[in-house]
Amino acid sequence: MMGGRWGEGLRELRRYPSALMGLAIIAALVAISFYTVVAIPYSEALAQWRGGEVWQRNPVNAAPVWLDRLAGGGAPRTQVVTSAEAEVEESAFTGGRRLRIPLAFDYEAEQFPSELTLFLHARGHDQRPFVRLLWQTPDGREVPLGGYRIGAEERISLSQDRALERRLGGLVPHIGLLAEPGMTAERAAEAAPSVLPGRYTLLMDVLLFDEAARVDAELVLYGRVHGLAGTDHQRRDLSLALLWGTPVALAFGLLAAVGTTVTTLVIAAVGVWYRGWVDATIQRLTEVNMILPILPILVMVGTLYSTSIWLMLGVVVVLGIFSASIKMYRAMLLPIREAPYIEAARAYGASNARIVLRYLIPRILPVLIPTFVTLIPTFVFLEASLAVLGLGDPLLPTWGKVLNDAQSQSALYNGYYYWVVSPAVLLMLTGLGFAMLGFALDRVFNPRLRSL
Amino acid sequence: MSPSAVPRPDDAQAPLIAASDLHTWFELRQWGFLRLGAVRAVDGVDFTLAHGEAVAFVGESGCGKSSLARTLLGLHRPTRGEVRFAGRSLGELKGRALKAYRAEVGYVQQDPYGALPPFLDVRRLLAEPLIVHGVRDRAERERRIRAALEEVRLSPAEEYLGKFPHMLSGGQQQRVVIARALILAPRLVIADEPVSMLDASVRVEILELLRHIQCERGLTLAFITHDLSTVRHYAERIFVMYAGRVVESAPVDDLLDHPQHPYTQALLAAIADPDAANATRLREVPAGEPPSLLHPPAACRFHPRCPHFMAGVCDRHDPPDFEPRRRHRSACWLHR
Repeated sequence: MMGGRWGEGLRELRRYPSALMGLAIIAALVAISFYTVVAIPYSEALAQWRGGEVWQRNPVNAAPVWLDRLAGGGAPRTQVVTSAEAEVEESAFTGGRRLRIPLAFDYEAEQFPSELTLFLHARGHDQRPFVRLLWQTPDGREVPLGGYRIGAEERISLSQDRALERRLGGLVPHIGLLAEPGMTAERAAEAAPSVLPGRYTLLMDVLLFDEAARVDAELVLYGRVHGLAGTDHQRRDLSLALLWGTPVALAFGLLAAVGTTVTTLVIAAVGVWYRGWVDATIQRLTEVNMILPILPILVMVGTLYSTSIWLMLGVVVVLGIFSASIKMYRAMLLPIREAPYIEAARAYGASNARIVLRYLIPRILPVLIPTFVTLIPTFVFLEASLAVLGLGDPLLPTWGKVLNDAQSQSALYNGYYYWVVSPAVLLMLTGLGFAMLGFALDRVFNPRLRSL
Repeated sequence: MSPSAVPRPDDAQAPLIAASDLHTWFELRQWGFLRLGAVRAVDGVDFTLAHGEAVAFVGESGCGKSSLARTLLGLHRPTRGEVRFAGRSLGELKGRALKAYRAEVGYVQQDPYGALPPFLDVRRLLAEPLIVHGVRDRAERERRIRAALEEVRLSPAEEYLGKFPHMLSGGQQQRVVIARALILAPRLVIADEPVSMLDASVRVEILELLRHIQCERGLTLAFITHDLSTVRHYAERIFVMYAGRVVESAPVDDLLDHPQHPYTQALLAAIADPDAANATRLREVPAGEPPSLLHPPAACRFHPRCPHFMAGVCDRHDPPDFEPRRRHRSACWLHR
């Protein structure tokens, strides 16, 4: 029905490079959203973001891989050596069996790993198995790492073994075990220790006392870089939050913008059409609402009630209903109210509802589209601001939550710039995309700018 | 069924619409309750229009012609008096009956571009009255829209259906406005200065078109105009309005050839006449300003400007309608 005018406007949009850029950014964000929602289902995303087990094999606060590439490389990725790949030698003794499991791996990176942990997984035993560990370096040195009686799930953190650290001359085990021979803490203060590249082996001597008993081992050399977005202090992969933050941000922005725009527009049109006490009431409500501070109210609701993102959305929309834009819409609608075509519509019997919805509102829609588009990112920013203030949704991974975590862990002070920069860049891109499209739309649809 | 085929009642002389003692005042208020006075736009008007009659209401700007039109359309509620349409009082119509009345009366406005919603194409804006009046069948709507366009000589209709108002010329826009006024098959069409905003070249065409449709359909047509020069060809009766009142009414020829009221005489004297002799002759034009409708002059509204002013009469007593000639009424004490 209105195809002609809208189609014309959209065709004209192609003349603005900024509009195309904005559209490309928005399209990319939308594509990411769709991919995310399909690839990582909502419930799974929530479960993963809660943290724990899932992230055990991730390093803490690792930078994104591409960041290391830019810096010239050399940072190790996480390396996992499992007993399943090892050549196990088995021998029997009275009362049990003895397994020799060599966990061998090549270490070629320039930098040391960030942590060294051995995960042991034992099954089918009545009496707990016993494990003795021996570290073999490429140059033939052997470092005994002690013996452990292990339960069903055992996590042996070699990095935190203080005794081992003393034996390694005061060097943290994940450095000391992989460093050039003869390196100690005192010498490390003068010249940074360097890695001795080559084939290392963690030789496990396992004593099993039951016929059915089995032991699986996993040696994890945590890297210093991880994935596309790095990890946070809880080993969580930040790409999960950055990915899921996209649909959440877009949905929040869009719903809030639609909710406030549609309601304010209809209310303003109703006031303009009926005039009298209806209009007066709407105007007074708006004036009262205009002086209410929205952020403190949201903070209050979040503190006292719940910080669920949907509740926040509801509060934002409710507070937005009688917002200042009612004044703007009213000013735009007042002259249209007196237009002859409205009088003609009354003369052929159009109802009040029809006049408001079909004759008043469509007339200003073209001018509103740009405002609407530029309104979306302001709500995205509002959601992020709330999250940074600690009022983000407690369950959902969002950009604002990432920023909040980064702030609480002093990311910038500790040099984890990626932690702050990536969500911030995504937020800025969102704002930029919608703003560029909005400004171009404004030029196309706003008659006053058109003549320029 | 084509609207023009609707059989009209055979009572050509029975009144279709009648106004009696009609007043439309607009109250001026301050702060919503303090009454400052009232603009007396329509201030005691009586007339009767028969079926199939074409009449013209003539007067200066601000004499209340347009307010009268809107009151007849039911857009303004009369302050006093009543409008009766086909025997029923307009004030009693509510809901369905009022909506039915709106289908009976077509409205052609002055500014054709403003009268058409700029965001709807011709098909859509002509469909609107049909949708409002419950014509649900799409094919039926399309048929009536095409018929209406053909009737106002916008043919072939296909060429105009998809156009937006701004793509049409002024004359074409006014034809669309007329088509919209006719699409509900009204019995009365009120045309408020239908050609005053058009190019001189298309004025005659539009007036001819209205007259033609009126004859064809047997419509009652009420022109509102300030232009006495063209009225003779398009109306059968004329009502001359001054300051919210009808001061003279007569069949068109009689009124133009034998004006009785001093105001009508002044109006006729002011019509431009392409005669070389006029170049040197000085015309008499009524002195003074059109009266304020907020504080109209007492008694005869025209007395401050009247060349025949009789002190103690014209400014004391309201002149009743005299009938100095047959079917020719004039409200002036000169006919006493």
